[in-house]
Amino acid sequence: MIKKLLLLALAMSLPVAQAAEWSGNIALQNRYFLHDPLVQNTEQHSNHVSLSAEPEFYHSWDDNQQSLTFTPYVRIDQYDNERSHGDIRELNWQRVFENWELKAGISKVYWGVTESQHLVDVINQTDFVENIDGEDKLGQPMIRALYEHELGTLNLFILPGFRERTFADAEGRPRAFPVVDTNQAQYESSAEENHIDYALRWFQMVGNWEIGLSWFKGTSREPVFLPATRNGQPVLLPYYPQMTQSSLDAQMTTEEWLWKLELISRNWRNTDSQTQLLVNENYLALTAGFEYTFVGVLESDADLGLVMEYLYDDRDEATTGFFENDLMTGLRLALNDAQSTEALLGVIIDVDTQESLLSLEASRRLGDRWKLELEIRSFQHVNRLSRLQSLKNDDFIQLDLAYYF
Amino acid sequence: MKQVTINTLMLALCLMTSFTAVAETAEEKGLAIATEADKRETGFKDSVANMTMELKNKQGKTSVREVRVKSLEVDGDGDKGLSIFDTPKDIKGTASLTYSHALKPDEQWLYLPALKRVKRISSKNKSGPFMGSEFAYEDISSQEIEKYTYKYLRDENLNGIDCFVIERYPAYRHSGYTRQLAWINKQEYRPEKIMFYDRKNSLLKTLNYSGYKQYLDKYWRAEKMHMVNHQTGKSTLLTWHEYQFQTGLTDSDFNRNSLKRAR
Repeated sequence: MIKKLLLLALAMSLPVAQAAEWSGNIALQNRYFLHDPLVQNTEQHSNHVSLSAEPEFYHSWDDNQQSLTFTPYVRIDQYDNERSHGDIRELNWQRVFENWELKAGISKVYWGVTESQHLVDVINQTDFVENIDGEDKLGQPMIRALYEHELGTLNLFILPGFRERTFADAEGRPRAFPVVDTNQAQYESSAEENHIDYALRWFQMVGNWEIGLSWFKGTSREPVFLPATRNGQPVLLPYYPQMTQSSLDAQMTTEEWLWKLELISRNWRNTDSQTQLLVNENYLALTAGFEYTFVGVLESDADLGLVMEYLYDDRDEATTGFFENDLMTGLRLALNDAQSTEALLGVIIDVDTQESLLSLEASRRLGDRWKLELEIRSFQHVNRLSRLQSLKNDDFIQLDLAYYF
Repeated sequence: MKQVTINTLMLALCLMTSFTAVAETAEEKGLAIATEADKRETGFKDSVANMTMELKNKQGKTSVREVRVKSLEVDGDGDKGLSIFDTPKDIKGTASLTYSHALKPDEQWLYLPALKRVKRISSKNKSGPFMGSEFAYEDISSQEIEKYTYKYLRDENLNGIDCFVIERYPAYRHSGYTRQLAWINKQEYRPEKIMFYDRKNSLLKTLNYSGYKQYLDKYWRAEKMHMVNHQTGKSTLLTWHEYQFQTGLTDSDFNRNSLKRAR
């Protein structure tokens, strides 16, 4: 026993002898909502202050062939108890071999190329209370093996354990009406959140092309909502069906053009629009477009990028997403200055109804350790029957001041 | 008679040879200098170094960036490079991968650690500032012969160093410069000073090299590179530390997967 302990102590002291470091950020956020809540109620507020922290511990040894990463995350929101939450974004061990890699633990994976939405990216659950753009993700338990070959990179994922999507509570904004009751989540699989999911991804670069083919089988990260009640009040229950999704993502890069495509084919269960019963559904969706960059605009050091993407879903208005026949137009400005000042202005317009979602994200470094971020989201011409209906009064302006260490 | 013919022929040959020597044009001599400089650079295989950039604005306010740089020599093409950013802290963990090319645009990828996303980016902008500094990407990427056409101007003594002064004209059509004046050390064929002229042919920047050290008994690397922008009054001092050569890096250390795990 003592011998074992000694060996263990030795094994642990070896890595400690090498580089270990903490880094991360703490941020203060203020969100101001421009309009009264959708339903006149006393629960919701027009101004939220919140504080978040994301420290990261990284430690590598064995000539960087092995590493340990730990990234906890926490946010405390003034009113929204669901938005006040903690998560382990990462807690994993990684080992790199000659032409393959192994990773075990909680981690984050990103797939895809487009800007307006991320159809192909299905490994991690969306941390929806953080932001409605779907770019914040919860940590996902996984075992990942990566194999590099001249015919491409192959990734194999085993995903034990499912993370539920986060939703704002009754006091939170923006939120769904009625509120999503995360305590009553339902699953198609009898294993519920313990279902083991699998995924495969092949990726290859050929000349100016980069192509990814992915396949996922398991619990859908996107829920379907079922009407229900809690204490006599109407609520929405998130229902997580099983799904199989195959996808293609591709990018072609020339001097100033980036051409992008994400295409998915999904098979899952969704509620029938007539009977409200859960039925099998197959559908296709895609995002396709380009980004063109004007470099050194107006004889300055700044770059200006024009982004256009078309968003399509063959279920038409029955989509469970927000976009089924929409056009995204964006302008990306990078001043290339010492403060790394950047801005992205985007608008996604429904071609049929002109319903639109406007967003501005801008950031600038202050000194060496601070960063100021501005975000504006606004919903225009919201159709009475649209899925965006519950968000239509939730235009907001958000300021983040972050300190990095 | 025969004897005379041979003598005449010899004389003619001698004349021709000397004539050729005399007739080496300024362009040919410029190219010859660049070729010799390139030859002396060849064979370093790979290098690893830490770089500190100190940016100074007109008011003298400074900010610092720290970058770790890995380079891989590629035969007959521009080098491959991997840069990992340590400060400013908000971009810590960001990394960039570049396959540089002489005449074609570079291939470039960026790793964004917050999203875990690798982005292939448009790289037409070789003339853009590197991390907000006074160095453009094209100033710090590998210097291939084909990147310029050359013209020898004169010999000149620069602070006690005998130099060739050559003028070079970027071949890449999106370069930010019309021309550069380079002072090349006659002994070691390494640059001592470069003056950059913008697209309107006005003097834009001056770069001075100092603290040269020789590695592996062959390769000269400047410890300090000081770039002054005459039009804005800003400057950047680039300091290189802990150079290592032939560390055994290979192509597989310069791909998307290695970019993702670069720290």
